[in-house]
Amino acid sequence: MANAIRTLADRPSAPAEPKLALRDLVVTRRTAWGETVTATDRLTFDVAAGEFVCLLGPSGCGKTSLLNVLAGLVEPTSGQALLDGRPITGPGPDRAVLFQEPALFPWLSVRGNVELGLDLIGVPLSERRAVAQRWLANVHLEGWADAQPHELSAGMRQRVALARALAADPDVVLADEPFGALDAQARELLQREVQRVWVESQNRKTFLFVTHNVREATLLADRVLVMSAAPGRLLEEFRIHAPRPRDMDDVLIARVVSEIHALLMQEVDASVAREMAR
Amino acid sequence: MSRARWLAEELGPPLAGVAGLLAIWAVVAAVTDSAGIPSPSIVWSAFLDGMRDGTLPDAATKTLIRLAFSFFVAVGSGTALGLALALNWFARRAIRPIVVALQITPFVAWVPLAVIWFGATERAVVFVAIVGSFPSMTLATLQAIRQVPPLYERAGRTLGARGWSLYRKIIVPAALPGMMAGLQQAWGFAWKALMAGELIVAAAHAGLGHLLDPRSGASVPTLFAALAVIVVIGVAVDYLLFGQLDRRIRRRRGLLIET
Repeated sequence: MANAIRTLADRPSAPAEPKLALRDLVVTRRTAWGETVTATDRLTFDVAAGEFVCLLGPSGCGKTSLLNVLAGLVEPTSGQALLDGRPITGPGPDRAVLFQEPALFPWLSVRGNVELGLDLIGVPLSERRAVAQRWLANVHLEGWADAQPHELSAGMRQRVALARALAADPDVVLADEPFGALDAQARELLQREVQRVWVESQNRKTFLFVTHNVREATLLADRVLVMSAAPGRLLEEFRIHAPRPRDMDDVLIARVVSEIHALLMQEVDASVAREMAR
Repeated sequence: MSRARWLAEELGPPLAGVAGLLAIWAVVAAVTDSAGIPSPSIVWSAFLDGMRDGTLPDAATKTLIRLAFSFFVAVGSGTALGLALALNWFARRAIRPIVVALQITPFVAWVPLAVIWFGATERAVVFVAIVGSFPSMTLATLQAIRQVPPLYERAGRTLGARGWSLYRKIIVPAALPGMMAGLQQAWGFAWKALMAGELIVAAAHAGLGHLLDPRSGASVPTLFAALAVIVVIGVAVDYLLFGQLDRRIRRRRGLLIET
């Protein structure tokens, strides 16, 4: 197990058939006071089919922007975002998105929220109920199917969002710090659910998971990409070969956590220094 | 909460308000002692007379049929126009100012024009009620759609909603509470505009608004009784239908603060 965790140099390796690919991606966005900010700066990396990749970086480094581009919600300023080798032109149910907030629709019941996604991809009414029920059972909420979202705790809502995202059987799951606002127990439960879903998908589902939590990234990912302070570039890549389910008390996991943490803190300090220099 | 207590809390305050109003009215009537302000008891007997000889129920029925027709046309066309304007920025920029102009045009101003266009007919009265109420619905729909949190739209689009399905399954349901406000406002405007129409267009007999017209030969107590019937029907529909519907929508979404 000595080489279970390997730290690679700068340049990410290119898998033969990437599921997701960014090529010199530049995303700029306008702030409320009309300034143009470069969110990501000529970012290039691949995510292989079936891979679980976590993106870490100081806040404001463009993680969310790049996820929005892959989701098809934002157009790149320059460069390319590719899905199966083809440029992404818009959102689609083949790429499920988990937002920071659960984004459940308050006019629908828990079941209705899960069924809506199935309805939108054309699953016939007779099958929708069974599929939704199965996914609610997967996140241990089958008893809450008829509740309204506002009656659930924050952790339960995010579990419904997970069920809704996965019920349509997407190839790709894009997650934008979905567990950031949850308490420690709820977060752990959801991390376990995500790990289980990914393992059960047997390398068919590709996850790109944005987080600011080093332990979360290390627990979940095959590969952790660390981004620089804004404008976001790729700093470092960590490959984690430890078998799943992973245990936080594992010495090797603990070592890589502290290594990534040290790198990340350097970037956070740099980013704070830059903010103060303005 | 027991049912009796719920009823008391639900109906107590409005009934107290009505009782207070009646008391002030009785005192003013007694002090002024003029034929222009009949006491509540005289109005009550005029109301009973009107019910007995059939003038009030007939007038109320006529008015409510006109009202229902105008209101449904106004809400239907108003919502459709609001949706169309929300969907198309060019149409929105071009047409929204016109709808705002219609909204601030006093509906009474439409009455003479309606008479010129349609003659002193029922059609003229219904036209005034529709023109007076649909702008509220259009503007409320537009505003409600604009206030839908962008997150819902983004979530809907990533789930595969596009174009019409995005509107039907995400945007419109999300905008429903705001559209309810337009519905209630349109109801109030439809009532007022219809009354103005019935009052002025003498040929549109037998409506409640007609009874407000001294030329109809109605006595002052009858006029008061007709006014009371108008107000009671208007408030009852607003409270029992729209108010309850609005509460249901809000409770379902966890937006209702129970006090």
